[in-house]
Amino acid sequence: MTAHKDDRTASAFARARAQGRAALSIFITGGDPTPAHTGAVLDALVEGGADLIELGMPFTDPMADGPAIQAANLRALSAGTKTTDILAIATAFRTRHPDVPLILMGYANPMIRRGADWFAQAIKAAGVDGVICVDIPTEEDDELGPALRAAGVHFIRLATPTTDAARLPAVLQGSGGFLYYVSVAGITGKQQAAQASIEAAVAHLKSGTDLPIAVGFGVRTPEQAAAIGKVADGVVVGSAIVDLIGRYGADAPPHVKDYVASLRAALEQKELAR
Amino acid sequence: MTDISNAPNSLRTQPDERGHFGQFGGRYVAETLMPLILDLEKEYRKAKADPEFQREFDYLLRHYVGRPNPLYYAQRLTEELGGAKIYLKREELNHTGAHKINNCIGQILLAKRMGKTRIIAETGAGQHGVATATVAALFNIPCTIFMGALDVERQQPNVFRMKLLGAEVRAVESGARTLKDAMNEALRDWVANVHDTFYIIGTAAGPHPYPELVRDFQSVIGRETREQIMEAEGRLPDMLIAAVGGGSNAIGMFHPFLDDKEVELVGVEAAGYGLESGQHAASLAGGFPGILHGNKTYLLQDEDGQIAEAHSISAGLDYPGIGPEHSWLHEIGRARYEPITDDEALASFQHLCRLEGIIPALESSHALAAVEKIAPTLGKDRIIVVNLSGRGDKDIFTVAKALGVEI
Repeated sequence: MTAHKDDRTASAFARARAQGRAALSIFITGGDPTPAHTGAVLDALVEGGADLIELGMPFTDPMADGPAIQAANLRALSAGTKTTDILAIATAFRTRHPDVPLILMGYANPMIRRGADWFAQAIKAAGVDGVICVDIPTEEDDELGPALRAAGVHFIRLATPTTDAARLPAVLQGSGGFLYYVSVAGITGKQQAAQASIEAAVAHLKSGTDLPIAVGFGVRTPEQAAAIGKVADGVVVGSAIVDLIGRYGADAPPHVKDYVASLRAALEQKELAR
Repeated sequence: MTDISNAPNSLRTQPDERGHFGQFGGRYVAETLMPLILDLEKEYRKAKADPEFQREFDYLLRHYVGRPNPLYYAQRLTEELGGAKIYLKREELNHTGAHKINNCIGQILLAKRMGKTRIIAETGAGQHGVATATVAALFNIPCTIFMGALDVERQQPNVFRMKLLGAEVRAVESGARTLKDAMNEALRDWVANVHDTFYIIGTAAGPHPYPELVRDFQSVIGRETREQIMEAEGRLPDMLIAAVGGGSNAIGMFHPFLDDKEVELVGVEAAGYGLESGQHAASLAGGFPGILHGNKTYLLQDEDGQIAEAHSISAGLDYPGIGPEHSWLHEIGRARYEPITDDEALASFQHLCRLEGIIPALESSHALAAVEKIAPTLGKDRIIVVNLSGRGDKDIFTVAKALGVEI
């Protein structure tokens, strides 16, 4: 993988790799606890040591999410979060953090509501680097993929334990940024996958692509992150952080920063232990 | 199941090979489910071509469900309205009291073929839950029904029925705690149990191939109607009318007639307190195309694509979306869709009780209310067939409450 200087996502993975560790990607829901407080939470993620940010677009019907992120979606929507707020949060983040990749993650309907081209151009202008859409599989790429690629935004695909070797090339077709491996057949923040199954899956995915592989769903603790960081290019933590925002609300940033720092330290210790 | 016409201009050949009805339908699901959905489609194609599958389906419809059910000339209703001749397709006489069982029989046979050992389903009022629990008992497969916690409170008799039939009923506490949330939770369960679980979706919606296979299983309604009206009148009807929530009873009745352009198709959406109130379930009249629960279709939603809560007095119509084939038929103008309010449906519910001695489901009462508006405007030589999709015993508590009666 060659890191292009204009590609923040590739650069973030390359920087982590140069330091001999996996990249740390942190998910939070945009507008949680309110749109006005999201910026401070994002800053805390960066200060704690997150290499990439996944910003969830809140949706009324988060079908792939467990209780923690469902609750975050509800908090954000109850606080009146609109699509324009998500764009404003992204724009402000990009101004404060010119080099940290920002990925929007969410569901198809809010993304296509005003048209795929409108969405792709609006998020590009807001400084967004990539999109993860839970319910647009490769079979429905036409819905969003062409618009994103034309705007120069990565369409980051998900691979899962049910994605077999025959299917993988189709999943990779048109995907960019990195490949997100969903380590459990299930929803976010619930059970944790066996380390051996993750190792086997990452090896399988690596044989099919040069894109970095980030592993998420069910990764909560520094110990888990360190173990997965040994085999993957990136580790994604979401529900554990979102729980802190749920518990501390507007006072969450210092708690979030400390937790992210503990995850980052765990990834770096792995390097020392090598 | 339907013999798909090979005529190039046929409207009955949808969906395309990717599951699209025009711009609608499709397979908008998480990657985890995608291989399973593809597998289901493959298995369904094989089953459709397998005479043994067809034989078992037909056998159970005849001897277990009680088909064919009658096409009944509603003479008193016809005379009262003073216009077109009205026939009722008596789906309410099926085992479990509604059309839902047709689809459940088909899907449980598919589940058995695929070697699945666990059944899940979502339910709103509980009718699909009861039908699913029924076939799960018949086939001795464990079954979990997801039902919004609010619906569990409102529909205790059906909750108890499902439990009597051996199903586990899981109350869903997320969101507004109604049908939409039950469907989200069923999808969450499915994604975590793909290896052994079959999801019996209750309506002609969801990811491909569900809209197609539910339609095919329900098309027995239209095929029987066709034969029966030919026998009774020697010609096709002028109009078919059916209520539309997700739209499985309507598409089941309409589909065998799609290429008969002289037969007008009227779907009836639930207008709740009225379209202008914003509290309704009329996705076509008040919604926009979008993506939810695996398919692209008309949805009640705001300008940001957030899904709105639907409202209807009929729990079976209380859903913010509609099956994708209806969205397509609406867009190409082959079917038209009329809104009927809670109050209009309640009035027609009572009329049918008094005029014909039949207690109709509140869902079907929406179709009957449309008949009351349309029949008087047509001549006595015209024929309308209404899908009486379910019986109303389940609704007597709701109706009593709406009429201010204590029972």
